[in-house]
Amino acid sequence: MSAEYRSQVESQRAYLLRYATLQLRDRDAAEDAVQETLLAALAGGAGFSGRSNLRTWLTGILKHKIVDAIRRASREQPLAPADELETGDLDAPFDRRGHWQEPPTAWDDPDGALHQKQFLAALEACLAGLPAKTAQAFMMREHLGLETGEICKELGITATHCWVLLYRARMALRQCLDTNWFRT
Amino acid sequence: MMLSCREVTRLVSQRQDRALDFGERFALRAHFALCKGCRNIGRQIDFLRRAVVRLGEHGETAER
Repeated sequence: MSAEYRSQVESQRAYLLRYATLQLRDRDAAEDAVQETLLAALAGGAGFSGRSNLRTWLTGILKHKIVDAIRRASREQPLAPADELETGDLDAPFDRRGHWQEPPTAWDDPDGALHQKQFLAALEACLAGLPAKTAQAFMMREHLGLETGEICKELGITATHCWVLLYRARMALRQCLDTNWFRT
Repeated sequence: MMLSCREVTRLVSQRQDRALDFGERFALRAHFALCKGCRNIGRQIDFLRRAVVRLGEHGETAER
C-alpha cells in the first residue's frame, strides 16, 4: 500500500466524522465507526478501483459501520418514553375530529434557505432535539437511504412503530423549523 | 372516503417511504383540493427530504 493512498484515506477523516456524528449523535460512537472504516479501507485498498471517488467509496463503508453501531446500541438502550408508539404528542396538532387546531401556513422560499449556513445549523439543532430512536429512524431513512423494512429490523421494532417514528420525526422537524426559522 | 387532516398527514409521511395505492392517492388529492393547511404540510414534508440531503452535501463542501 502506498504512502500516498494512506494519506488520501486519512485526509477524509474529518468529513467522515461529521457524517457519522450527524447520524449517531454520539461523538465516541462516531469516532469508532470512522476508525473502523479507515482501517477497513487501508486493509482493503484493492477494493478501491480508483475509478470511483474515494470519498464516495469510504462513505459506503462508513454507512455499514454506522448501521452496525445503531444495531448494537439498540440492543443495549431501552426505548425512551418519547420514542414509544403512543405518547399523545402526535394528536396534539389536531382537534377531536382530526382537524387542525391551527392549520400550517406556507413557508416563504424554503429552497432558498437551503443555501444558508444558518438554516442548516437550525436544521441540525432541530434534529438534535428529536428523541433518540425517532432521530435514528429518520436519519437511517433520509441520510443513509435505507428502506423501512431494514430500519425496523436494525432498531428491533415493529413495522407500525417504524412508521410512527418516521411520522413523528417529520412532524416534529416541520414544527421546529416553522417555529425557529420560517416564522421568525 | 373523506380523510381527516390527521389521517392526511400520516399518508403524506408514508408517501416518502412507500408507494401509495390508487385509493390513497385519490383521497389525498381530493383532500388537498379543499384544504390549504394540508397542502402546505405536504410541501413542507417533501422539503424536509431535500433539506437533509443538503445537510449531507454541506459537510462535503465545507471540507473542500
